[in-house]
Amino acid sequence: MTLSTSILLTIALAPLVGCLLAGFLGKQIGRVGAHSVTILGLLVSCGLSFYVLYQITAGGAPAYNHNLYTWFEIGRFSASVGFLVDRLTAMMMVVVTFVSLLVHVYTIGYMADDDGYQRFFSYISLFTFSMLMLVMSNNFMQLFFGWEAVGLVSYLLIGFWYKRPTAIFANLKAFLVNRVGDFGFLLGIAAVLYFLGSLDYQTVFAAAPGLVGKTLQITQNHAWDAATVIGVLLFIGAMGKSAQVPLHVWLPDSMEGPTPISALIHAATMVTAGIFMVARMSPIYELSQGALSFVMVIGATGALFTGLIGIVQNDIKRVVAYSTLSQLGYMTVALGVSAYSGAVFHLMTHAFFKALLFLGAGSVIIAMHHEQDMRYMGGLRKYMPITWITMWIGSLALVAIPFTSGFYSKDAIIEAVGASHRWGSGYAYFCVLAGAFVTALYTFRQMYLTFHGKERFTVVEHHGHGHHDHDDHGHHKPGELAHAPHESPWVVTLPLILLAIPSLLVGFFTIGPMLFGGWFGQAIHVEEANNVLGELAGEFHGAAAMALHGFWSWPFGLVALAFVITTYIYLFNPAMAGKIKTAFKPLWTVLDRKYWVDDVYFAVFARGGVKLGRLFWKAGDAAVIDGALVNGSAGVVQRIAAGMRKLQSGYLYHYAFAMILGLILLLGGFWLVGQ
Amino acid sequence: MPNFNDILVLLPEFYLVAAACLLLLLDAFMKPEQRGLLHWLSIAVLLVAVYLVVAGQPDGTATAFNGMFVRDRVAEILKVFALLCTVLVFVYARPYLADRKLFVGEFYTLAIFAVIGIMLLVSAGNLVTVYLGLELLTLSSYALVALNRDSPLSSEAAIKYFVLGALASGMLLYGMSMVYGATGTLSLAQLHGAAAHSAMPNLLLFGLIFMIIGIGFKLGVAPFHMWIPDVYQGAPTAVTVFIGSAPKLAAFGMAYRLLESGLGDLAQHWQLMLAVLAVLSLAIGNLVAIVQSNLKRLLAYSTISHMGYLLLGLVNAGPEGYAAAMFYAISYALMSTAAFGVILALARAGFECEEIDDFKGLNQRSPWMAFLMLLAMFSLAGVPPLFGFFAKLLVLQAAIDANMLWLAIVGAVFAIIGLYYYLRVVKVMYFDKPQDGVRLEVQQDVSLRWMLSLNALLLLVLGLCWGPLLGWCRAAFGLVSA
Amino acid sequence: MITLSHFIVLGAVLFCIAVAGLFINRKNVIVLLMAIELMLLAVNMNFVAFSRFLGDVSGQVFVFFILTVAAAESAIGLAILVLLFRNRSTINIAEIDSMKG
Repeated sequence: MTLSTSILLTIALAPLVGCLLAGFLGKQIGRVGAHSVTILGLLVSCGLSFYVLYQITAGGAPAYNHNLYTWFEIGRFSASVGFLVDRLTAMMMVVVTFVSLLVHVYTIGYMADDDGYQRFFSYISLFTFSMLMLVMSNNFMQLFFGWEAVGLVSYLLIGFWYKRPTAIFANLKAFLVNRVGDFGFLLGIAAVLYFLGSLDYQTVFAAAPGLVGKTLQITQNHAWDAATVIGVLLFIGAMGKSAQVPLHVWLPDSMEGPTPISALIHAATMVTAGIFMVARMSPIYELSQGALSFVMVIGATGALFTGLIGIVQNDIKRVVAYSTLSQLGYMTVALGVSAYSGAVFHLMTHAFFKALLFLGAGSVIIAMHHEQDMRYMGGLRKYMPITWITMWIGSLALVAIPFTSGFYSKDAIIEAVGASHRWGSGYAYFCVLAGAFVTALYTFRQMYLTFHGKERFTVVEHHGHGHHDHDDHGHHKPGELAHAPHESPWVVTLPLILLAIPSLLVGFFTIGPMLFGGWFGQAIHVEEANNVLGELAGEFHGAAAMALHGFWSWPFGLVALAFVITTYIYLFNPAMAGKIKTAFKPLWTVLDRKYWVDDVYFAVFARGGVKLGRLFWKAGDAAVIDGALVNGSAGVVQRIAAGMRKLQSGYLYHYAFAMILGLILLLGGFWLVGQ
Repeated sequence: MPNFNDILVLLPEFYLVAAACLLLLLDAFMKPEQRGLLHWLSIAVLLVAVYLVVAGQPDGTATAFNGMFVRDRVAEILKVFALLCTVLVFVYARPYLADRKLFVGEFYTLAIFAVIGIMLLVSAGNLVTVYLGLELLTLSSYALVALNRDSPLSSEAAIKYFVLGALASGMLLYGMSMVYGATGTLSLAQLHGAAAHSAMPNLLLFGLIFMIIGIGFKLGVAPFHMWIPDVYQGAPTAVTVFIGSAPKLAAFGMAYRLLESGLGDLAQHWQLMLAVLAVLSLAIGNLVAIVQSNLKRLLAYSTISHMGYLLLGLVNAGPEGYAAAMFYAISYALMSTAAFGVILALARAGFECEEIDDFKGLNQRSPWMAFLMLLAMFSLAGVPPLFGFFAKLLVLQAAIDANMLWLAIVGAVFAIIGLYYYLRVVKVMYFDKPQDGVRLEVQQDVSLRWMLSLNALLLLVLGLCWGPLLGWCRAAFGLVSA
Repeated sequence: MITLSHFIVLGAVLFCIAVAGLFINRKNVIVLLMAIELMLLAVNMNFVAFSRFLGDVSGQVFVFFILTVAAAESAIGLAILVLLFRNRSTINIAEIDSMKG
């Protein structure tokens, strides 16, 4: 059984076709046409992705690696389109298309009243296409193309509601922060080309062992190890895309985009592109302990400290956003301890339960008429039982209750970090362990504030019953609803249910082969000395045994503690929260200000930039730019052009004379050469 | 003695001459309201000619009339694209001509005669054939430019074109007479052997210089470019789009025939001359275009710069360079038909839509037209991944291969300068508010809309998938496909 | 004894007169047409001379073609001239400059 090119092409192109139809013919085919055609595309793509996964897993199909089209080739540098589909890719394809499909369905309900309905469907299908190109790539050029394309769609979608100034600001922020990451990424690709002479994965990975001992003189008196330089540069790209500290600041703000986007792009797929990329590059990362330590420390820091911010957030989407930052940190830590398959495994389970949490939050937001502040919620469980139950399932997976899929992936990561001996692994172990406690704190707090306790909103019956136009919520005071919240339509709840199933079960069935059974095969390369998962494999005696053992482990104890604390505070003694807040005012401020990272960026880069700009404007712009560059180069060009233009006098005899001059020029040149 | 075989080799040309005469006759007996039939007949005639060219393609090279006429792959490709460009021109031109009461049979017959001239020129095997093909092309073009008999601009453009064209063909002939005197033959194939050991090398080089002027004029490279802006602006846009497309292919064919087939032995001499002309064209074309306010004039200057790029390919003087230059000529012909096509699609009776300001806010009025224009402009500017980008890349590569790195650098620098004025058009379309009182409406003609969309999208498609076309171009010059 | 160079020089002189006529003349378009004719005659002179001295007849054949084409060229030139006069009421070259820059 081998993978067929046409199937792979169909998987990638079906969403693109949907995107083009919905985008260009949106007016003609209408709303129903737009969502039907894009969903159909995704359905094809998703079905075939499952088939490919089946072929590759059960059918024993070998990895597919072919160039389909060479665009151009200049020396060593070639740009081609090709697919590398091994088990890692196949798993990513399934995750991407499955989540995307559900998000498409969900969008029907969520965007029902929006004017940009067709445009939205076109964008998310375009995103799916770009993401598939990214994960299926077999070379760095295409990877970079997909990388930029998903970024582009992400900016488009963050700024989807372009009339909101906050959305525009968030858009700009995401764009700028990602430029920093992309710059590093591009330098990393350039370094790969420089040291390894190719951009094709296969060639690069085959040549990677040759990196050992090569150095790069960046600073004086110190030669940098080539593998470390490449690894760190590529990881800087991943830091931008996967929102790692300190480039994480754009992700919470990106919640300005519509919720389906937050679920698809900013939780399940795009932000995990960095994780996928590092796992794909494992043959390079394995050569550098330094780069891996760097990855691990960055990830651990993010896992704990961004989670802490989540505790003080009041916006329901922002809680989930900070939790995403924290979970991305977990994945990155796993990469850092060479547990690549652990990272990818967590990527998969996280995609399911985090998409579920986001879509659930979206469902709540619909019910609350686009109110996102949890202080005005509470007691929603009796209004929307399906959302309530599914979100609890997602939350249990997130806090890693044994037997849920989140437990298997997160516990494996914690164990792997504990088993690692890499520099900094002690710090990382502390972070991921404390992170488990923090995760439970904000998750339970969110659930209690939203679904349990007293209702903190009032239903004010006035103007227009059944009036669904959400643009009018400016008329309401916070906490006042035009009519009572109710369960969302089936297009919203069906995706929730379909996501709840894998959130619960997928870990139980896949942990054995994926983490400890060498399922990824050649796709992920780990040096024998770094193989922490290999060490753990000895202690693994089946998924059930692991879960049972999980009840007596440290992380579960911490989760239970957090459960007790939050239950007491938010269910039985709501006044307590305020008291704690006052008691720990300084700490609360630190978290509420997000460690002032945003403020520092704003002060240094934005305000500093403005100041610097003013300075340049005064000293530079007036004198140098205007004087020398604009009035200089552009001005000179303009003046030359204006002068040359006069040569075209309009008189026939001048034109003829120009030709004679040309003749004389050529004859003169001929005569000179003859001399 | 001419035999049947000779006629078979020349079949497409004979067929076109007969068809053009028939069309002329038909037009004389046709009522004005039946002109639509003539329009479609002319297009059909051209398409049949394409078929005859492709179907009758000989293996390798066929010659007729003692080598006067050569039918090889280079000629075939140029002919096919010249015919197809003319089809596009016919489709684009109809609503424009009808709006201005210029929808007359002369346009079609003159254009077809011009195409016959092109076909003779690119197939020339003898200096006489070169001259005859060239004159058939240019004489028809003079008349086409003056098509609008009531327009002062049109007649001014025609007289300028005519006088300068006559001067150029006079110089070309003078050069031919010198070359004839130095070698004693008019046949290009015999010239190729005789040029190396001529008894009078100086006379030969003297002739070469005069001939380069003739070629330079036809291409429109500086300093023989003066006619281009005025003719492009003054001629009816429907004629401009013709003059800006197919004749450029002919000019490349003429340069190839004269310089390579005929005087290839003197390559070391003409290489440097062409390099000088290329630099002048790049400079003048790109710089003066910046200060233009009339889009047709801007495109005229852009033509001058593009022909400079085409020379970069010829400067290489090897098969790689010729292939690059031919690829460039084809890409330019397609880009310029697309750009002028948008102007034609937006022009109406009493409104030429040729000022750049007329395009303000086009995106709000007609996003699709704005997008097509964007494709054409980006392709002309050489923005990847469009067609124009690869054409530029190839000629720059050809210049580097010819050990003229400096020339390639000049080309690259002017490509960046050139970006500015193309982007200005895009900026005006997308970011400016529509002018008061200007109604931007797209012509209702369905064939125009579809062909224009196809034409512009082809720039994108060929930019992504240029392998086959380049393969043909390379194979025509005996290179194994890359 | 009249040699080839005499003919070539005569041709060159005719050619130069024609070219000079094209850009020194600032009055009348008809003079331009005459200059163009003169230029073609200079070329013909060259061809005939070379043909005679090389003993090759093809140059003279070319001359016939040139003469024919020159006639067609004049016809078109005169037609354009008539148009120009009709539209602008002048054939003064110095006044034909409405397109420039």
